[in-house]
Amino acid sequence: MAGMIEVRNLSKTFVTKDANVEALQDINLSIQTGDIYGIIGMSGAGKSTLVRCLNFLERPTEGTVEIEGRDLSKLSEWELRAQRAQIAMIFQHFNLLMQKNVIDNICFPLLYAGGRKSTMSKEDARKRARELLEIVGLKEKERAYPSQLSGGQKQRVAIARALAANPKILLCDEATSALDPQTTQSILQLLKQINRDYGITIVIITHEMSVVREICSHVAIIGDGRLVEQGRVADIFSHPKTKEAKELIVKGRGEERRTLESHQKDMMKGKCCIRIVFSVNSSFEPVIANMVLRFGQPINILRADTKNVEGIARGEMILSLPDDLQMQREMKAYLTERGLAVEEVDGYGMD
Amino acid sequence: MEWTSEMTIMMADGVRETLFMTLLSTLFGYLLGLPMGVALAVTDKNGIRPNAVVYKILDVTANVVRSVPFLILLILIMPLTKLLVGRSYGTAATVVPLTVAAAPFIGRMIESSLGEVDHGVIEAAQSMGASTMTIIIRVLLVEARTSILVGVTIALGTILGYSAMAGIVGGGGLGDIAMRYGYYRYEKEIMFVAVILLVVLVQIFQTIGMKMSVKLDRRHR
Repeated sequence: MAGMIEVRNLSKTFVTKDANVEALQDINLSIQTGDIYGIIGMSGAGKSTLVRCLNFLERPTEGTVEIEGRDLSKLSEWELRAQRAQIAMIFQHFNLLMQKNVIDNICFPLLYAGGRKSTMSKEDARKRARELLEIVGLKEKERAYPSQLSGGQKQRVAIARALAANPKILLCDEATSALDPQTTQSILQLLKQINRDYGITIVIITHEMSVVREICSHVAIIGDGRLVEQGRVADIFSHPKTKEAKELIVKGRGEERRTLESHQKDMMKGKCCIRIVFSVNSSFEPVIANMVLRFGQPINILRADTKNVEGIARGEMILSLPDDLQMQREMKAYLTERGLAVEEVDGYGMD
Repeated sequence: MEWTSEMTIMMADGVRETLFMTLLSTLFGYLLGLPMGVALAVTDKNGIRPNAVVYKILDVTANVVRSVPFLILLILIMPLTKLLVGRSYGTAATVVPLTVAAAPFIGRMIESSLGEVDHGVIEAAQSMGASTMTIIIRVLLVEARTSILVGVTIALGTILGYSAMAGIVGGGGLGDIAMRYGYYRYEKEIMFVAVILLVVLVQIFQTIGMKMSVKLDRRHR
């Protein structure tokens, strides 16, 4: 079976005054119906150009792009516009009409897009727009203007607008790059839900490995205008072959840790948390285990790590203590007696 | 000098004639200048339909017309004025040269307003398969609305200034009064009153224009 998107030998060269810039060279991709396909690369690798070639916002210099077996370069101008209505796109900076309210933004593709004049009445478009607002969870923001919304809300409106014309494909160009980690999570979950519920094939352009790991089934790694590695996300993570893949995975670990830490910070709110530091000689006795046995209370270990301080390895742990104040005091005393440095921390004592 | 009721009537006529020339010329100016500005913005090399030939023709036309001093233009196009209005003098006749002078200036302001529209929004519309015409009407003109309104305010003030020169062809208006009485007959009081009325008119246009553009802007509330 031919894929939803087939890219063959695609190259794109930008001609500028000074030189020809080869943005993409000989790219081959096959994206199947229902995939969530990540395209990842460092900035300047050519991934934004590649995604624009998928709906011919950029015309490839060489090679072909086929959507469900139709070669885009063979379409007439209005056939191409009709095809584009099937390929929705969301952007890093949302790109909403700033002078129109939420519902009019979502109605835009229903009323005016796809080449020919739409047959849909204004009332029907509004009805459909309201359904979409419900899906993205912004029902009450119908009359708001984009300037009154947060970044995450704007992206939700953009997603609703993208879904309006029942597309088969959703292209996401750095769609979460302008959002904070929590909002990124919620947008990714929404994309996952859309993929599952409507079977829309999703292509995600990103520079963050954590995004790929979170929702993608397949990934292609772009480096310097070339496709260096592609395959199932799980395979690439466990056996990265190229230097680029390895670099991105290592970089991704840092990102993931930051996401994890921000989750932990939420967990630590309102809890008594302490940081304890083990020196070399204190690790003979199983201190934490003994303390749990002694007090008969469970301790939540939020983080454990080793740090190299002036050439000596030191263990560090962050514990969340039970709510009982008396118990907290006794536990701290217990740990101090055993030669551990104990320090109370709030959510931000972790870096 | 005694202020007579004839003078009051003369001033009232002056205001009426000035408003007539200014508003009508601005309206016609936009009928020509708006499509011109849209065409300039669209065919620009960074526009949604680049076309170097069309752009260059409009570009040169705009520059040529704008370089000709208004007084010269007024005399130069008298044959055209006669053809359109039936005579080459009077208040109505002044509307023709005012419109011709205003159109390229308005076209440039429209071009600049449309150029300010965020390219990402245009790209989003293109990605949905919107046609060039749809993008012009539903995206460019809508998103540039505030900036275009500021432009209208500027255009009104400028055309009102040009209209003061209409006295040369018997166009009437406040500018004409100020020149005839103040410059030729040294009746300074009448000149002052006419000038003050001109200032008040500009101020009114400016205030209404800015209020409207702010009120219609949805970006910061």
